[in-house]
Amino acid sequence: MSKKILVLADVREGKLRNVAFESLAAARLASQGGTVVAAVLGSFAKDHVDALAHHGADEVVVVTDSKLDQYTTDAYFQAVKKIIETVEPQAIFTGHTAVGKDVSPRIAARLGFGLVSDVTALEEIDGELAFTRPIYAGKAFVKKAFKEDETVFATLRPNNIVALDADTARTATVTEVSVDFDPTLLRTIIKQVVKKATDGVDLSEARVVVSGGRGVKSEDGFAPLKELADLLGGAVGASRGACDSGYCDYALQIGQTGKVVTPDLYIAAGISGAIQHLAGMSASKTIVAINKDPEAPIFQVADYGIVGDLFVVVPMLTEELKKVLVGK
Amino acid sequence: MNILVCLKQTFDTEERITIENGVVVEDGAVFVINPYDEYAVEEGIKLKEEHGGEVTILTVGPERVEASMRKALAMGADKGVWINTEDFDGDLDEHSIAKIIKATIEEQELKFDIILAGAMAVDDGSAQVGPRLAELLNIPHISTITKLTVDGENVVVEKDVEGDMEVIESKLPLLVTAQQGLNEPRYPSLQGIMKAKKKPLEEVEIDDLDIEEEEMEAKTKVLEIYLPPKKDAGKILQGELADQVTELVQLLKSEAKVI
Repeated sequence: MSKKILVLADVREGKLRNVAFESLAAARLASQGGTVVAAVLGSFAKDHVDALAHHGADEVVVVTDSKLDQYTTDAYFQAVKKIIETVEPQAIFTGHTAVGKDVSPRIAARLGFGLVSDVTALEEIDGELAFTRPIYAGKAFVKKAFKEDETVFATLRPNNIVALDADTARTATVTEVSVDFDPTLLRTIIKQVVKKATDGVDLSEARVVVSGGRGVKSEDGFAPLKELADLLGGAVGASRGACDSGYCDYALQIGQTGKVVTPDLYIAAGISGAIQHLAGMSASKTIVAINKDPEAPIFQVADYGIVGDLFVVVPMLTEELKKVLVGK
Repeated sequence: MNILVCLKQTFDTEERITIENGVVVEDGAVFVINPYDEYAVEEGIKLKEEHGGEVTILTVGPERVEASMRKALAMGADKGVWINTEDFDGDLDEHSIAKIIKATIEEQELKFDIILAGAMAVDDGSAQVGPRLAELLNIPHISTITKLTVDGENVVVEKDVEGDMEVIESKLPLLVTAQQGLNEPRYPSLQGIMKAKKKPLEEVEIDDLDIEEEEMEAKTKVLEIYLPPKKDAGKILQGELADQVTELVQLLKSEAKVI
């Protein structure tokens, strides 16, 4: 039976995030030949109609209110609730991002929906949508489904579901929805935004992550890791040990406490590989471990290991990669 | 100030997971306060120390959770309300838990100016119950906070947004969820541990709550729980370091195809 699926397209600083396209791919699968509606919020919303259509949207709902240019829970909540009530979808997908994580549970609570968070794969089993998600930060997995007649609602982890190739011949109809915001229900005010993330490459979405552990020994010890990450267009991460020792901000921590990442390439430098760290990165596609201790547990999950001092190996690796990447 | 803290008990993050008959084996596992909830407990106690008032710990779970609740009381919380699920055999998901907590707050007539919870639990990692509860209680929430300042009814928080930081103002009553970096949870003192044994810990049965079973029934169901496929041990490169580095780059290029 064909279905109507709503995708809440993730935007950051006015630009579509790749997870919006990944959500559209999931929606196409779930729609079983039905309709995929994408919704995009903010004064720039119309700029994104074509890209959303090219990646699978049949209809695009735009809410072009400037109150939505910067995410706040209450404004988004009111807009998303209105969109859901207008579109009446059987399923809703969005990214498991700062925005998706924050607003989706509130929407689900208000509308009496279930919600499956942080989904890494979906499939159809006997006509039912089954969602795979990690538990214990990836030490185990659970497959979940919704009970009969319940609205399906899921947040999808970036970088896991493959977006469809853009089909520039695709077009979408555009519907404008306006929201009468209840000002008494705009209860949080953003006074300031301080940029701290590594030069715009978000750790959870980075294709390459170069991580340091206690072995980096100091804040300055991250410099060679940063150079390598920059060369590869990646982000810098850290183990709890490095964060606890004050070598870096907790925002960089990867592990069961901290962030879970699944990049194409994960380079662990001076990280022993405590189980709490492995939980946060062992699903990475390719793992490289660099550690002085040949017995370090990190080597058991690594695809490639080099036993050696990170301060020797990492700069050598950067130089070698420069040779290979020249002309690319 | 009336401070509520939602606390979940979870596996210690150093625990390995084993599965038998489709469920995660709990026997012999070490349970702890969910690390993110521990930040919430600490922050609640700090608020009390600064503004006066009372910290109440709210926990849903089976009998084993008492140990974690007592630890929070030993840290300095004043009382606990435990919603006992030991004999409850229905399915509970995030929707259910939020409904149960809300019903408990009403049934116990718990007053609150602020509710603190962890940004997520390290077991299910859903990050749902906090925001869901705020919506059910018709109060605002701010998630993943790393700093909290309360002055009268005015609140200023710093919120972690995927590594960036937002400074946000709001007013009480408010629910916040704690991100790493919010504080350094204290260890209970010996005196605290002794005192905690006598602090009130109210037990609530789900059946006692004014909530229809239908209303808190799970919206989702578990089809299967399984372990990830075991990874083959990788290749430790050999030879001169310079050669190893050259080989690694070649492997990344031609075998792994990631550069």
